[in-house]
Amino acid sequence: MERGKKIGSTGVGGGALVSGSGKRAFGTVLAALILCLIGIMAFSIRLFSVIKYESVIHEFDPYFNYRVTKYLTKAGIYEFWNWFDDRTWYPLGRVIGGTVYPGLTITAGTMWWILNAFNIPLSVETVCVFTAPIFSSFAAWATYLLTSEVKGRGAGLTAAALLAMVPSYISRSVAGSYDNEAVAIFALIFTFYLYVKTLNTGSLFYATLNALAYFYMVCSWGGYTFIINLIPMHVLLCIVTGRYSSRLYIAYAPLVILGTLLAALVPVVGFNAVMTSEHFASFLVFVIIHVAALAHYIKRVLSPKQYSTAVSFVITFGMYEPAALIAILAAMVAASPTKGWSGRSLSLLDPTYASKYIPIIASVSEHQPPTWPSYFMDINVLAFLVPAGIIACFLPLSDSSSFVVLYLVTSVYFSGVMVRLMLVLAPAACVLSGIALSEAFAVLTRSIKYQDLSEASLLAAVDSTATLNSTNENEASVKEVKDKAPKRGKKKTVEKEVEKKRKRLLGLPMEASAVGILLLIIMGSFYVVHCVWAAAEAYSAPSIVLTSQTPDGGLHVFDDFREAYAWLNHNTGEDDKVASWWDYGYQTTAMANRTVIVDNNTWNNTHIATVGTAMSSPERQAWEIFQSLDVKYVFVIFGGLVGYPSDDINKFLWMVRIGGGVFPHIREPDYLRDGHYRIDSQATPTMLNCLMYKLSYYRFAEADGKGYDRVRRTEIGKKYFKLNYFEEVFTTQHWMVRIYKLKPPRNLVSAVKSKKRFL
Amino acid sequence: MAASSLCLIGCVALWILAGTALAEDLVVAKLDRRVDLTSQVARTLVSFKIENSGSDPATKFLFALSKDQFDHLAFISAASVSVKGKSRTQSAPLTVKEVEKKEDPSSDAVYFEISLEKSLEQGQAATIDVQYALTHTLTPFPREIRQSETQLVLYHDSAYVLSPYLVKFQTTFFKLPGSRVESYTKVEPTKLGDKEIKYGPYENVSPLSQAPVTLQFENNRPFAVVETLEQEIEISHWGNVYVTENYHLKHTGARLKGGFSRLDYQAKGNGVSAFRYLAAILPPRAHSIYYRDEIGNISTSHVRNEPKRTIVEFEPRYPLFGGWQVKFTLGYSVPLQDFVFLAPDGSRYLNFTFGSPLVDVVVEKITTKVVLPEGSRDPSVEAPLALDEQHQEVKHSYLDTVGRKVVVLTKKNVVAEHNVPFQVKYKFNPLAMLAEPLMLIFGFFCFFLACMAYLHFDFPISKSSAAYQARLQQEEVLDLLQRFQKLMKRRLFEAEKLEAALRDLARTGDVAPCKASKKLVDPTLSKEVKAIHEALQATSRSSSVNSKVEALITKEKEKHERLLQKLNLTVDLYERKMSSKEIDSRLVPHEQKYTHLKSEVAELMDSLDD
Repeated sequence: MERGKKIGSTGVGGGALVSGSGKRAFGTVLAALILCLIGIMAFSIRLFSVIKYESVIHEFDPYFNYRVTKYLTKAGIYEFWNWFDDRTWYPLGRVIGGTVYPGLTITAGTMWWILNAFNIPLSVETVCVFTAPIFSSFAAWATYLLTSEVKGRGAGLTAAALLAMVPSYISRSVAGSYDNEAVAIFALIFTFYLYVKTLNTGSLFYATLNALAYFYMVCSWGGYTFIINLIPMHVLLCIVTGRYSSRLYIAYAPLVILGTLLAALVPVVGFNAVMTSEHFASFLVFVIIHVAALAHYIKRVLSPKQYSTAVSFVITFGMYEPAALIAILAAMVAASPTKGWSGRSLSLLDPTYASKYIPIIASVSEHQPPTWPSYFMDINVLAFLVPAGIIACFLPLSDSSSFVVLYLVTSVYFSGVMVRLMLVLAPAACVLSGIALSEAFAVLTRSIKYQDLSEASLLAAVDSTATLNSTNENEASVKEVKDKAPKRGKKKTVEKEVEKKRKRLLGLPMEASAVGILLLIIMGSFYVVHCVWAAAEAYSAPSIVLTSQTPDGGLHVFDDFREAYAWLNHNTGEDDKVASWWDYGYQTTAMANRTVIVDNNTWNNTHIATVGTAMSSPERQAWEIFQSLDVKYVFVIFGGLVGYPSDDINKFLWMVRIGGGVFPHIREPDYLRDGHYRIDSQATPTMLNCLMYKLSYYRFAEADGKGYDRVRRTEIGKKYFKLNYFEEVFTTQHWMVRIYKLKPPRNLVSAVKSKKRFL
Repeated sequence: MAASSLCLIGCVALWILAGTALAEDLVVAKLDRRVDLTSQVARTLVSFKIENSGSDPATKFLFALSKDQFDHLAFISAASVSVKGKSRTQSAPLTVKEVEKKEDPSSDAVYFEISLEKSLEQGQAATIDVQYALTHTLTPFPREIRQSETQLVLYHDSAYVLSPYLVKFQTTFFKLPGSRVESYTKVEPTKLGDKEIKYGPYENVSPLSQAPVTLQFENNRPFAVVETLEQEIEISHWGNVYVTENYHLKHTGARLKGGFSRLDYQAKGNGVSAFRYLAAILPPRAHSIYYRDEIGNISTSHVRNEPKRTIVEFEPRYPLFGGWQVKFTLGYSVPLQDFVFLAPDGSRYLNFTFGSPLVDVVVEKITTKVVLPEGSRDPSVEAPLALDEQHQEVKHSYLDTVGRKVVVLTKKNVVAEHNVPFQVKYKFNPLAMLAEPLMLIFGFFCFFLACMAYLHFDFPISKSSAAYQARLQQEEVLDLLQRFQKLMKRRLFEAEKLEAALRDLARTGDVAPCKASKKLVDPTLSKEVKAIHEALQATSRSSSVNSKVEALITKEKEKHERLLQKLNLTVDLYERKMSSKEIDSRLVPHEQKYTHLKSEVAELMDSLDD
């Protein structure tokens, strides 16, 4: 409230003639204006990608979402629910409507539909590109709501401003980054806001809204399990610390019932909402809160003496039943193979789980634990402000501020497990930093504001301490006192009193507060500079277009991916199957419109392992595997000519591992020489004969004469070889994508011969 | 076609009479044909010198094409030529009209009737140039080549020009793109020169005689064929004409056999029949040019601005080999005043060049849509070329209500010769431009009005609900608080006056005004304060507000009393004529307490604002 007041009173200036409500209205208008500007900033800081590159969908998953949105806008919502996609996971296909979180696509589809209803003919692509920035603005506003519900309007505005440009969130929501997280973070914050609002007001209206917001979150992102575990944790915390109230009950009970029912409506969640252990915590706490409510009721009905008797009675006899229940629950959970937890959730609890058991999860870079620099990169100075924010939340501790602290603590843990979940930490860090900054500013500015009071007032304060009543004490505690008194030299006792008093009043000397403000402003500007840099340089590259500086200062564009996809789209048969490593599956279906064998959805490990095995096998075996999958074209990403490091050769060991996980004849040590992965003359024969090596380096040595790989910084091991089962049909300008066609099976006679030879 | 030819067979007898009569009258004295085979389009210029040997004046001249050639015909025109010594100038274009006419059913000739500039009397002679362009007549042979091979094409024609008249003397030149000629049919005299084959001269070739020839030669020029071109020209009277062109381009030359090797293409320069660069000639002052396809921008393009034209040079995403295709979009804007003009009758007309701005392409089917601004009426098209289809549509674009009228023109087989201006005339009231801004203004106005209404009306269904009561109560409390604050301000004002009086006293030592100022204190104030306080206690649930108000009132009272006390003391002291130092020292504790109270009161007032 302090910040809000400041805005109000500074805005008015003299203020004597403006009435209180006028001030308030002005403060509201000013806050609204600031929020508008924050929204615009949140939107525009994410446009670097459009300005520096172009308005295009980024990376991998967004292409899938874009394709789904296109289908949704074309075919309508009912067709969308029933969509069986036969262009992917050939020959299995995929039921898109039942396996996708529909929140994002339906949001963008609705936006597109509304725009078109007003005859604003924006393309689906444009709407998709700008969905993330728009929702970032919404997220900033939701942060304002949440924080002002916790610590007042000033903190809210500060937190909103921080969130609008926090790099961690920018990394997932630049224009074109059309991914679930873009809308999910807004949904997450908004759900938390409504929960805190319900907690503060005890209004059933907000409780219902909260359930709806939770429903939207469930629609949008698998991360909804975070909400449905965090809120029960907080409720439990409140009950344990003796903060149970009817408001808490209203905030929680409807959310569990309505929220679970609504969540079960989303096809991808369905009965998981009551069957998987990620949701069990909420039901357990639901039981506990009822027990607590009952206990409160009984406590009110009975006299204290009767109550204590009843408690001891219940505890003695009631212990058995929960114990039995817990035992049954544990047995049920233990009976299921993954103990009722999905792989990703398990890797949350046990960070080493994924790398031990599921290479396909471990192979994704965003599932790796983050490094310390990435914390600094992603939340920057907020990391230092957060502790201050926690302290501010404890002065005084309320239900809502304890929620924020709990949110922060859990999200810090999760972000430490998986770099991707840094995104969940970012709003918590912003909220707490907003609180910290706002409190700090409030203290410092107040110190300066009351500088003009004479030293006498201080002395008077000391004199009057005895006479002041308790209300005065409270008021005095937030009051600022000037510090020049000691210099004037009064009596020593008085001086001591003054010292004591000043400490208690949280007073700061003029110079100190001025310096403090200056430092905070410098820190804030450092944050802004860092965020703008991150938005402009680090996170705006669409990854399908690469650029590099030419020596003469110009910009060289590497547009090989789209070159290859366009070629596939226009110059291969409509129903040809294209095989590649799964990273490029979504892009191939979306941009080249061709059927792929595996894609980024990674739901079928065996299928991916099959492709991995083919890539790791010698040419003939690979050809047979691909032939059995009816594949016509195979492409590999090759960075060796121009030095593009994230190419298939660098990802190759994961193919070996994933393939070997299902087909044991593929063994990782066969591809390593003394534990080192190399492709030069020291490489193992298995490595030099595998399909991936051959497809990547086919005729590469002829390009520069010696076959120098600029990514691995070495000459390749096997330079001149022929392909017997594959035929090069297209290679992009910088050789980054190389497309091969499977040679047709030989005619019968030679097939029989070769079979004999093989037998 | 079948039906019309059937019914025409009935008229054959009649035609034969008329036709032969005409044909025998005219004689082609000299004929010179030049066939340009250097690009994918076969462009032929035939120069006829005709003489009227009959007695009747001739007004028409018949030009014939074989059925084969007619099927590939994209363009034909004729002009009369005035010959002065050695210089020839095409003086006037002549109308060419296709006539369904058959000399005899077995003949496959198709006739065009060319009306002469003036009728030809007996013995007179005239020179006529006929120009025509054939597409897809150069067929690649072999049909499939490897990347390293060059492209050979076949061309079929006749050594004699098909003519319903006796041709006394004729020569034909085939101009080739290169000197490599694989084979050619000999119809003596035939001469193979450098990049040229000459047939003839032949003398006294009887009407409708043919001598088929086949040429096979190297032609590596781009066989770029636009299968479909959708062109949209959108007129905005705010000052722009937007042009969007969607291309589906195909290389129709010899198909690529085997794979494409980037290494061979880059290092050895293989693939001579493939093409990589395209160029478009846009109108001058074209701006906002973009070149993209459905998956995003294509960065390989650059624009050169010249005074007379704008040249865009661009590359498709990949080099095009035989049989490969690509789709892309080219868009640009041109200033309105360059293309839309006011006609004398008050209507407006768009004057735009028909066809594709791409250089050296054949467009198989072009659909040009001219989107007129919303509110325009009575569109009509004037085009100096034969369109295949023409109709109107309605398109809804930015915030349109009734939609924009769209004139759709379709034509097949379009070559560079078709790039002539056409006009779309329409009536437009400039006031219609304001419709959309006004609509927006009105929309926002309604929105704000609705907001105002929402804030000022009382919506709750139940007036007895707790929430409603609470709101009413809150409003009451706020009102009371406001009144309370006003009172407090008045108190402050009084206090300031008293303080001012005190200061005056300290300066002047005059006691009288100070005493008088005491009377300024309004005794009713405290009563009013008390009343409000009671009312607040009655209504407000919020203890925090009450406690604040209470605290403020006690403080204020204390402060007020302090002030009066101080005032009295000061007046008293002055009246006792004590030394100023003594007065000061006595006043100090009062002074301190007062200042302290004052600051506390100020802060309480501030906190009440929240």
